[in-house]
Amino acid sequence: MIEVMTANYAAAYAVKLARVGVIAAYPITPQSSISEKLAEMYVKGELHGKYFLVESEHSAMSMLIGASYAGARTFTATSSHGLALMHEMLFWAVGARRPIVMAVVARALAPPWNIWGDHMDVMSERDTGWMQFFCENNQETLDTILMAYKISENRSVMLPSMVIEDGFILSHTYEAVDIPDQDEVDDFLPPFDPEWKIDFNDPRRFGGLTMPDWWSEFRYRIALDQEVARKKIVEVDKEFERKFGRSYGGLVEFYNCDDAEVALVLAGSAVGTAKEVSDKMRERGKKVGVVKLKTFRPFPAEELKKLNDMVPVVGVFDRSYTFGYGGALYSEVRNGIYDPAGGALVKNYVGGMGGKDFTPKNMEFIFEDLLRIKKEGKVDKMVEWINIKDGTGRW
Amino acid sequence: MVNIPKFTIPKEEYVCKGHSACPGCGTPLALRYTLKALGKRTVLNIPAGCGGVILGVWPSYALKVPVVDNAFECTAAVADGIRAGFDVLGVEDAYVVGWAGDGGTVDIGLQALSAAVDRNANIIYIMLDNEAYMNTGIQKSGCTPIGAWTTTTPVADEKGWNTSPKKRIMEMLVANGIVYGATVNVAFPEDFIARLREAKDIKGTKFIHVLAPCTPGWRIDPKKSIEVARLATQTGIFPLYKVENGRYSLTKEIKNRKPVREYLMLQGRFRHLKEEAINQIQKIVDEEYARLLKKIKDTNE
Repeated sequence: MIEVMTANYAAAYAVKLARVGVIAAYPITPQSSISEKLAEMYVKGELHGKYFLVESEHSAMSMLIGASYAGARTFTATSSHGLALMHEMLFWAVGARRPIVMAVVARALAPPWNIWGDHMDVMSERDTGWMQFFCENNQETLDTILMAYKISENRSVMLPSMVIEDGFILSHTYEAVDIPDQDEVDDFLPPFDPEWKIDFNDPRRFGGLTMPDWWSEFRYRIALDQEVARKKIVEVDKEFERKFGRSYGGLVEFYNCDDAEVALVLAGSAVGTAKEVSDKMRERGKKVGVVKLKTFRPFPAEELKKLNDMVPVVGVFDRSYTFGYGGALYSEVRNGIYDPAGGALVKNYVGGMGGKDFTPKNMEFIFEDLLRIKKEGKVDKMVEWINIKDGTGRW
Repeated sequence: MVNIPKFTIPKEEYVCKGHSACPGCGTPLALRYTLKALGKRTVLNIPAGCGGVILGVWPSYALKVPVVDNAFECTAAVADGIRAGFDVLGVEDAYVVGWAGDGGTVDIGLQALSAAVDRNANIIYIMLDNEAYMNTGIQKSGCTPIGAWTTTTPVADEKGWNTSPKKRIMEMLVANGIVYGATVNVAFPEDFIARLREAKDIKGTKFIHVLAPCTPGWRIDPKKSIEVARLATQTGIFPLYKVENGRYSLTKEIKNRKPVREYLMLQGRFRHLKEEAINQIQKIVDEEYARLLKKIKDTNE
């Protein structure tokens, strides 16, 4: 059934379809309409599970960890400061091996206050051990939540997932979304059946003190299981495509890249803009490709290495920044595709932060800049901030 | 027929030998009494603190019930989450216990606890009050009494000890609308178990405030641990009472309250106190006790 809705509503419908058992949420702009829609569904008796109002995002995540230990499928959603407040419990969810799924409506962190979209919040949680999936549009948000449960709850994975939708650009923008039938979703996503949960007949302790001689081994298991997840993500994406006719490339999608002269790597809603600009520039004979980073963790370094054979110049567009270096995606991509024998030149473009419009014109500028670098054979500077008023930008 | 006496304390043990609590520690006693009262279908969730450490180091484990360890400030939220999971999965006849220390409750965990009471979460929240951050090395908490030495309220030239009163956690929770609250003391096990039996099947949030001595933190001889704990109640410093839907009542009548000096002078943490300070503490305890009696009177009229 196709309906017109925001990505936030699409996320709420995914939660309903996934038959989530325990939802705990705390409102924050621009996530709030997920909390509100779920509350409405709950009151109307449309949800399979229970919905809890908590006093903070920290408690939302804490509650879900408890519920997941009891054996329930769990969901929350947050943004920005809410995600930052959860930070401690994000590590806890991973160490506890609880396959919680969370929608993150990506937003800037204050001060100065700003409620609009960028990727600073999610990039700051890179090292927690959560899987991180970016979404390009509203349909993808719904679909990715369903896939995330399947990947996270796989007994060989048992790691939580963040499904990332760009604040306002997706969260508050209406698009046509195909809502799958409940029967089809039930067939795709079986009930949560964890190997380990609270059992009074087999009492165990979860998360107790572990000395240095064994602690690293628990961390090593997480590292290994992120590698297992890498394979499962691709498998689940293929299975989803067979069942629902939609695929998002699993880890990464190469668009217009086969004969490209330059390519731009990026994640989230800006991918759509980049694809359209790429199509238009090709009409004018400018062969520019787009690399959509669907999955940020586990990071698809092997897949991205192919870029070295495809193009001589790679751009990376960041909606975040790690101060004192460059964009978060940039540092990962450049490191990931590094080839000691040479490889592609890489340049970082930073923009679209705190909700600043990132237009097709801005995107075209990046592609033209990459073509210039290709022609000149060298990168003029490591990082370029786009559309900045202090004179470092070009407008 | 031989008349078999009725034991009020069940024989079953859920705490194994080999836990790593200090000699004279009140916590293992509290654990034993709690689990004797609640039984096998009990899950504890324990934040940072001695409560987790004394159960042993992985893969060893000194309890016969499941335990979920959690971060410092989230005990009430995790406990309510476990209950939520049980509810949606149809797990019944199970007791979900939050087992936190005083710091983990009245300081860093207060927000999550307040919200759980707001939701009337169906959990038993047990606060092990040893009156300071003992696991990290005896630092002042919101439950440290006036006059006590701790490593962050050190004593120098008869000054510098803790000067702020214990947070009135029970009153906060009563104001918050909690359905059941009680104080218990490891020196009175029958009363301890009776309170838990009374609380366990009440629907909603139950709060149990346990006084549990810490021998290194209170600077007491381990063999005097129970004597000191008993004196806390006998002096009226830690009266045993309960609050049911806002109605206060004493659960242990103390006919003639002993002077607080007897309690204070057994403990190294109060040894620096001079006559004037002891008299001041006696005055505060008398006032607090009178306040309690007034609340009992006022809420039962």
